[in-house]
Amino acid sequence: PLSSRCCAPASAAPAMNCRAEVLEVSVEGRQVEEAMLAVLHTVLLHRSTGKFHYKKEGTYSIGTVGTQDVDCDFIDFAYIRVSSEELDRALRKAVGEFKDALRGSGSDGMGQISLEFYQKKKSRWPFSDECIPWELWTIKVNVVNLANEQERQICREKVGEKLCEKIINIVEVMNRHEYLPKMPTQSEVDNVFDTSLKDVQPYLYKISYQITDSLGTSVTTTMRRLIKDTLAL
Amino acid sequence: AMDTDLSSQDRKDLDKFIKFFALKTVQVIVQARLGEKICTRSSSSPTGSDWFNLAIKDIPEVTHEAKKALAGQLPAVGRSMCVEISLKTSEGDSMELEIWCLEMNEKCDKEIKVSYTVYNRLSLLLKSLLAITRVTPAYRLSRKQGHEYVILYRIYFGEVQLSGLGEGFQTVRVGTVGTPVGTITLSCAYRINLAFMSTRQFERTPPIMGIIIDHFVDRPYPSSSPMHPCNYRAGEDNGAVYPSVEDSQEVCTTSFSTSPPSQCVFTVTKAHFQTPPPVVTDTLKVPVMGLAFSHQLSSSRLSYQPAALGVGSADMGYPVLFAGGLNAAHPHQLIGPGKEGGVPPVPSQPAHGTQADQERMCTPLDGVHYSAATPSSSEDTETVSNSSEGKSGSPHDLLETIFIRKVGAFVNKPINQVTMANLDIPFAMFASKNVELEDNDPMVNPPESPETESPLQGSLHSEGSSGSSTGNTHDDFVMIDFKPAFSKDDILPMDLGTFYREFQNPPQLSSLSIDIGAQSMAEDLDSLPEKLAVHEKNVKEFDAFVETLQ
Repeated sequence: PLSSRCCAPASAAPAMNCRAEVLEVSVEGRQVEEAMLAVLHTVLLHRSTGKFHYKKEGTYSIGTVGTQDVDCDFIDFAYIRVSSEELDRALRKAVGEFKDALRGSGSDGMGQISLEFYQKKKSRWPFSDECIPWELWTIKVNVVNLANEQERQICREKVGEKLCEKIINIVEVMNRHEYLPKMPTQSEVDNVFDTSLKDVQPYLYKISYQITDSLGTSVTTTMRRLIKDTLAL
Repeated sequence: AMDTDLSSQDRKDLDKFIKFFALKTVQVIVQARLGEKICTRSSSSPTGSDWFNLAIKDIPEVTHEAKKALAGQLPAVGRSMCVEISLKTSEGDSMELEIWCLEMNEKCDKEIKVSYTVYNRLSLLLKSLLAITRVTPAYRLSRKQGHEYVILYRIYFGEVQLSGLGEGFQTVRVGTVGTPVGTITLSCAYRINLAFMSTRQFERTPPIMGIIIDHFVDRPYPSSSPMHPCNYRAGEDNGAVYPSVEDSQEVCTTSFSTSPPSQCVFTVTKAHFQTPPPVVTDTLKVPVMGLAFSHQLSSSRLSYQPAALGVGSADMGYPVLFAGGLNAAHPHQLIGPGKEGGVPPVPSQPAHGTQADQERMCTPLDGVHYSAATPSSSEDTETVSNSSEGKSGSPHDLLETIFIRKVGAFVNKPINQVTMANLDIPFAMFASKNVELEDNDPMVNPPESPETESPLQGSLHSEGSSGSSTGNTHDDFVMIDFKPAFSKDDILPMDLGTFYREFQNPPQLSSLSIDIGAQSMAEDLDSLPEKLAVHEKNVKEFDAFVETLQ
């Protein structure tokens, strides 16, 4: 499946032991961003630590993660996220792109956004580093169109309730205490964690998305095929 | 025998971890019910006091209470630490909302490393707790507290008591962490039936001595706007804020209001209780004081002025300020547009008569944002209540009017199905028992259209009919038939209410429906090759046209 990825992985399919979770939501167009941010931030809250400070003899100390409440404007919902403007910006950028893609190109309003946690495995030249995913969260989104204000009000509440359920689902998964990468040594830390942020340290992650049209295939594929056919005249 | 495998250092560490985990759990839960958004900073350089690598502030009173409840013990089998969250109205009625339980069971994980894995998993569990505390129903209730109700917490240690949660309560598990001495479990049982019981069943709980923690004695109200990343002010510690326990009744656990700090102004000291007033009044006083203060805040945003209140303002009496609070600007205005404050929101559809009344009542009078229900303008009160209910109203009736249209939070019903009989509305007890109200509402039951054989006939014969439309000879006035737009149509007899309801939910335009949209897109795409061919044929014409433009 086509997807836009932030870096090209050597393996396109998730590895055998990659945990995969799928969540589905139906939202109104203007609720897409907040709903996606709520889910992504909740996952990243659990998958971020404080910054590591390595000391002598291979020990390290961990910084402190702050949290802050976020109220949604278009959904009767509130969630908590890590206090990191950099992280928030990164997520907003990805979600913004996803939302624009959902809106455009005649899509049926269906798409999915994925948050993948991976480890880097250094390979010897000339092979590039491998990205091995160990956890994949997929949020399937269905954008609905509402006819009037009354329906919108109900949608606000309903989507809020649904998101509460999603948060509980996420927490359930987190509580299983399944595979997590080993805590790395100082030389390995960039293979496990994203150390580029100044205040928190999430596990290495990447966000990608796909838009589907009503026929179930990716819109870009269809367009490309049609244009090819047209030019063949 | 359980901990023979555990080194004494590990055992000590584990006990410390569990103790601080319990204290932090209580902090997270209570702070999540204070009604404010919490914000703490991340810090890349570790400070020694941030347990579990999380920035969770410690409210001293809460730590104090938790330690008191634990009394040096740790959660163990059969000895759970429970945080009970309840709601208490200004009239003294209370209802348990949630019980958060930190329990220990016998399932041991001997292999697990205490100082590392257990610690990190406890940290993860606290993060889960932070997330879950925002998604149970009590969170939204607690964000709107302050005017009609406050949220209280109570910590106890021992056996979990869930009976106060009503029927059909739900449980959500926050998480578990296995340790060599047992498995720690954190869960929440919460009430889903948020309706108050009818007054018959209602027992007035003995008023809990209204010990309100004033976090901020003599502290100026932070002048920063709400947009500031908040530093939770409770960190500023001074021992003086602890309530004097002797004032409390003989109960084995004490209750404290967790009204948001911005409203907590009333310090209970011995001085106020010189002549012990009836306890009921005391409980009532507190929210009133809070309200008075909050008005001041919202109108002036000046620094904290507790002196301005004093005991005297309590003399203004309960009904006045209470009703006033109903319509005041919302001191807890949440960040972002379109947020409701302390008053449960009226649905946005304006299709009800009360909405118009609501707007009227929100007009600030004498600059202090009190509603019409101040003593000096009691006739306004009458007017407002009269117009909305048809009965002379005390401010309490204003309360009733407003709640009627509220669809209960977490009620899974479309709005148009809500009826007065549906007690799923929170504060149904406040709703007017006068069911006729809805009948009187012209928007719900439009007055009967006058019976005419056919509207056309009616209008044709209007001249001849003895009607209001003709000026009668003996009148100095000319009666004009009032014809608001859409009120009477030559084609359809209907009035504004019917019209509105009929056309409120028009069917969706067929061109906008998905099937047709998809079909036409496919058709469009199919016809592209043809169109392109045609355009190619006419290339010369297009080129000539372009030339003329240059």
